[in-house]
Amino acid sequence: MNAADLSGAPARSPWQDVRQALRRRPAVMASAALLLVVVLLCLLVPLFAPYAYDQLDLQSIAAPPGAAGMHLFGTDSVGRDLFVRTFHGGRMSLLVGFAGTLVSLAIGVAWGAVAGYFGGRVDQSMMRVVDILYALPFMFLVILLMVLFGRHLLLMFLAIGLINWLDMARVVRGQALALKRREFVDAARLAGLRDAEIIRRHIVPNLIGAVVVCATLTIPQVILVESFLSFLGLGVQEPATSWGALVNEGAADMEAAPWTLIFPAGFLALTLLCFNLVGDGLRDALDPKSR
Amino acid sequence: MFSTETPSHGGIPFLRAFLCVSVALCEFAFSTPAQAVQVLRKGNEVEPETLDPHKAQGISAANILRDLYEGLTGEAPDGSVVPGAAERWEVADEGRSYTFFLREGARWSNGDPLTAEDYAAGLRRSADPRTGSKYSQLLLPIENADAVTSGRLPPEALGVGALDAHRLQIRLRAPAPHFPGLLTHHATFPVHRPSLAAHGERFARPGLLVGNGAYRLDQWVMQSHIALVRNTEYWDAAQVAVDRVVYYPTENAAAELKRYRAGELDWTGTVPQNQMPWVRQNLGAELHATPYLGIYYYGFNLTRAPFRDNPKLRRALALAVDREILAGKIAAAGETPAYGWVPPGTAGYAPVIAPWASWPAERRLAEARRLYAEAGYSAERPLEVEIRYNTHADHKKIAVVVAYMWQQALGVRTRLINEEWKVFLQSRRFKRDTQVFRASWIGDYDDPSSFLELFRCGNGLNDTGYCNTAYDALLDAAAAQTDSGLRRARMQDAERLLLEDLPVLPMYFYVSRHLVKPYVRGWRANIMDHHYTKHFRLPPH
Amino acid sequence: MWSFVLKRLLSAIPTLFLLVALTFFLMRVAPGGPFDAERALPPEVQAQVEAAYHLDEPVWRQFGRYLGGLMQGDLGPSYQYAGYTVNELVAQGFPVSLQLGMAALLLALLLGGGAGILAALKYNGPADHGIMALAMTGLALPNFVVAPLLVLAFAVTLAWLPAGGWDGPASLVLPVLALALPQVAAIARLMRGSMIEVLGQGYVRAARAKGLPEYRVVLVHALKPALMPVLSYLGPATAQLITGSVVIEQIFSIPGLGRHFVQGALNRDYTVVMGVVVFYGALIILFNLIVDLLYGVLDPRVRQR
Repeated sequence: MNAADLSGAPARSPWQDVRQALRRRPAVMASAALLLVVVLLCLLVPLFAPYAYDQLDLQSIAAPPGAAGMHLFGTDSVGRDLFVRTFHGGRMSLLVGFAGTLVSLAIGVAWGAVAGYFGGRVDQSMMRVVDILYALPFMFLVILLMVLFGRHLLLMFLAIGLINWLDMARVVRGQALALKRREFVDAARLAGLRDAEIIRRHIVPNLIGAVVVCATLTIPQVILVESFLSFLGLGVQEPATSWGALVNEGAADMEAAPWTLIFPAGFLALTLLCFNLVGDGLRDALDPKSR
Repeated sequence: MFSTETPSHGGIPFLRAFLCVSVALCEFAFSTPAQAVQVLRKGNEVEPETLDPHKAQGISAANILRDLYEGLTGEAPDGSVVPGAAERWEVADEGRSYTFFLREGARWSNGDPLTAEDYAAGLRRSADPRTGSKYSQLLLPIENADAVTSGRLPPEALGVGALDAHRLQIRLRAPAPHFPGLLTHHATFPVHRPSLAAHGERFARPGLLVGNGAYRLDQWVMQSHIALVRNTEYWDAAQVAVDRVVYYPTENAAAELKRYRAGELDWTGTVPQNQMPWVRQNLGAELHATPYLGIYYYGFNLTRAPFRDNPKLRRALALAVDREILAGKIAAAGETPAYGWVPPGTAGYAPVIAPWASWPAERRLAEARRLYAEAGYSAERPLEVEIRYNTHADHKKIAVVVAYMWQQALGVRTRLINEEWKVFLQSRRFKRDTQVFRASWIGDYDDPSSFLELFRCGNGLNDTGYCNTAYDALLDAAAAQTDSGLRRARMQDAERLLLEDLPVLPMYFYVSRHLVKPYVRGWRANIMDHHYTKHFRLPPH
Repeated sequence: MWSFVLKRLLSAIPTLFLLVALTFFLMRVAPGGPFDAERALPPEVQAQVEAAYHLDEPVWRQFGRYLGGLMQGDLGPSYQYAGYTVNELVAQGFPVSLQLGMAALLLALLLGGGAGILAALKYNGPADHGIMALAMTGLALPNFVVAPLLVLAFAVTLAWLPAGGWDGPASLVLPVLALALPQVAAIARLMRGSMIEVLGQGYVRAARAKGLPEYRVVLVHALKPALMPVLSYLGPATAQLITGSVVIEQIFSIPGLGRHFVQGALNRDYTVVMGVVVFYGALIILFNLIVDLLYGVLDPRVRQR
């Protein structure tokens, strides 16, 4: 933000606006707090739980919560503790969510910022590419990739990230188009900065608001894509797991062992809900039109 | 709603579709007891790729083909071999020559006479490498089949020949007591030569397919259903009760169970493993889980380290797996632990059981640890191994449990790799990266040879790379025997040798799992899990 | 306008070409071929079968052959289903998927649009919060959870509707609902946002000031401009419906294109996978074009483009 402040950005920092706006939205604040709790649980529970995520208990297979031992959420069909697996799976889902979003962020911001900053023919042809890619049934290509090349985690991040960068590029490009007409960009240009430098130092930092909103709304989508892949049997490798994989197993056994669905699905839904609420809240707060 | 449907002819379907806003209304408007027809709706797991009997593969296709065609022999509801299209047969030349007598007046579903030449043509087509049959190996007992299937002799050289329109002679290269049973397999079915000539590859489609079974093909909507209706030309049509049978592809077993419970299926192709306890409790009376001629096992890649020339390690791993838990608690549908290779209940055979089967668990573990150490592994230098399995919830469960058992007993570090089916097949066959792989085998016919032949040197299904000339010699010796007792003894010797070498780790013998509505009459369990629709009845209910 | 349509159709050609090439070469580098099976054929037989489908030729020539067929609208033979062409499979599966998708889109528009307008009118009131919370949960659960839950409730327990299959209007209800749900939520959010914005505009306030009844203000003056963002969402929505139908068709045993795609990919039925992807690609392009044209109808400023 420093660069923007020095170059004569608006006197009132947008972050003050955001803080103020968020204070008026308790639901958003609560969501953010809940998200924090979920993330902490995912990080800490696997460290301190009495069972390991891949530890079998063949004496209590598919045990309901509290029926045997210390299984707070019950056990799965081979007697693994669902409490620890739910949060272990949460780690994976969040990791995929963040990493996938990061990939789409990196591509989308670079693409959008360049297109928006240069404008004109560059912008036109770059956005033409985006339009073309929009018409590809991307999900199908991801399925193909996963089916054909196995499930390396890295490939999954990349493939999932590739789906979502188009939205990001459009949003960023729109913002960049507006930004480049601002006086501080002119000032920088007059000061003799190169284009790449201007994009890096003045355009991208000022995009952060829009990008954060977009990213917050992309994370839940990415987590959903992962769960979709898990449904098709293309998710992470056992004994590692993810919410998508757990929910998929639970959905198949929902009557015989409802606890295998309820707990992972509950945390998945809660997390997605919170991300969406926070994202919407941030957008409302940052978008001057809705104020 | 369950088993009645108005017969549809001519323009009526359109009218019906137009008038029937709801199913209930439809029932009310068009169904009267006098018109009631019996419809059986079966879940059938996967969509068949083709209904060409010589190109089809897999259990789902075979289920339908048994209704559409009839072999020279057939099966009774209990699975025993009975006359089919041939009303009787004579065996001569010490079991090397069979003469089959076709039923007088037998006809194809279009009314054409069914002749001995049709069967001969079917067998030749099946053996012809240009057809690309996946089951041409089944024909190997027939004279010259080996040379024909490998392309060294033309199909005409196959040891089959029509003596006249009603008599078919088949010459075998060696006596094979299971040969009549083999003729129930679709690879031996006849072919209606005029439609094959006229339509080529397309002959197995609705409207074109001409069969000789109790049913004929009425409709095939890809990924939706395959409907058959009774074949009025069938020789025993008077005894066929079910008028229409519909096969639904149901890859998603959980969804299939729901459709069954919602009353949309009368019969399920399987029951999801995880649901077994629940199903037993809530639908116990409708559950049929009975022994099945199949085995679930892990194969070792014998062409690479660590399993190459390392029988001690293989034996250590085999001993460390607690099959009672796998069969009783994980598979949990009544499977029996496998300490041998040929399933119990196989016709004319007494299975061999590994000597350590009766040992107490502690002794097995102690022996496993001893062998593991002798193979050069220890807690400091543990075996690191990969299990490959194809994507499926049940396979995943077994792999997780086996890895855990190895880790607990020996300290083995296992990595699980699940691969999508085609990738899995290829890595299995290439024998490059694969170390331990999941596999299962369902007998093609009720005879130990269907299991033992798998481990011949160079058998296309022998993905372990096992090759022991002594083993092959025993199988050859068994095949040459005319005396069934001696044949059995040789095969038992072969199985004993196999259990000594352990190219595979047998886990458990299958049960077939079906849910069948109580109003479906005529169900008989049999080890092949073959159920001909013509044996069923659906009384009004 | 016709030149616009023509230009767009022409620009669809490189898109489709890219799609065809991408899918084609992806499939070819994958391990496993269409004729690999557990019961392996002898190598010489396998080679024969593959030669019959020209799979023995160099890949670039196969690609040329495929493109040649494609120009004439021929998607080739299915490798998996002997004796069937991909054109036949698409012709069989597409009407099913189309009905499913269109019904879901319609439902999502009606339900989502209605909910969004309602929420906007009660902006920040309890009704707004309630509706949006409900919509959000629709976005928070994967449809492979929602679908079996619906089946359990309405087919197994209540026995009101079929649990699967494709047999009359009753069998459409549950899959359409399960498919539409996430889109209902997405559209409700969009609609609410844009409606709130439009309702704050001067001319809407003026219309209100004139004493027009509220429903006229909303339906006549506010709705049309408020629909624009929803309209531009229809493209992505269609793509998502197509993806969603892969899951829904499997759970409800519906014989649509999504199921052919998954089965085709798993069985390396190259032509079927290509056929479905190309077909869907063309469909999405066409649909986006229609949306753009609609845009022009609704917003005169865009028409000059």
